[in-house]
Amino acid sequence: MVLSLVALVSALGVVLSKNPVSSVLCLIVTFFAIAGHYIMLNAQFLAVVHIIVYAGAIMVLFLYVMMLMNLDADIEPQKRNWLKYAGAVSGGALLVVLVAALRDASVPALSESSVEIGLIHNLGKLLFTQYVVPFEISSILFLSAMVGAVVIGKKD
Amino acid sequence: MPVQYYIFLSIALFCIGVMGVLMRRNAIIIFMCIELMLNAVNLLLVAFSKMWADAGKVDAGSAQLFVFFIMVVAAAEVAVGLAIITMVYRNTHSVDINILNRLKN
Repeated sequence: MVLSLVALVSALGVVLSKNPVSSVLCLIVTFFAIAGHYIMLNAQFLAVVHIIVYAGAIMVLFLYVMMLMNLDADIEPQKRNWLKYAGAVSGGALLVVLVAALRDASVPALSESSVEIGLIHNLGKLLFTQYVVPFEISSILFLSAMVGAVVIGKKD
Repeated sequence: MPVQYYIFLSIALFCIGVMGVLMRRNAIIIFMCIELMLNAVNLLLVAFSKMWADAGKVDAGSAQLFVFFIMVVAAAEVAVGLAIITMVYRNTHSVDINILNRLKN
């Protein structure tokens, strides 16, 4: 419950904070809260991967790009205020619609059993036997993404 | 703990992400809000994997590996997207998306 509150408040902080750097820091807090939820859902390996990949790699990449761009200056002129309100209202409307649609859905409760399916021992065995082809394809995807990023970012 | 709790948490996080995409003008913050929406869906997938694994319908390991592959693709996407934003900044000296409307006319 506390974790969810932390996740929601810091997600709001991402949207509402004026300074992009503080919004990155709020997003890191959100990711840690989501990783806590993964641990509660018996997905320990996913929680660790989530922290390493998102909080460790992706957010550092975001901060690095922000450092490159020197965003300290106020680059976000709020000329059209009604656009902000329209965005907030439509996001809230989406929230209301989804909650109203799923309020009466009958789904079972989660058990508190602590099976060890989410540990690296089981997931690694599964990853390298049954899912070895998608694993290799994802490595090709990473290679092509790396080449693409270098080609796009190259000074021409 | 009922799975509805996770459904509503994911919906709330997703809608905050949608709000951020619609409200903010900064391309980097819009990108971060897209990441937030992606993580909300990942959380929901993990909750559903536990639900169906408790019911004995699916193998929970396979479902968690699905989320793992989503994270892999998201990492690749962030690398390319930030390269694109860097290039846009180099060409226009701004990351305000209001000036990226040259396709309009």
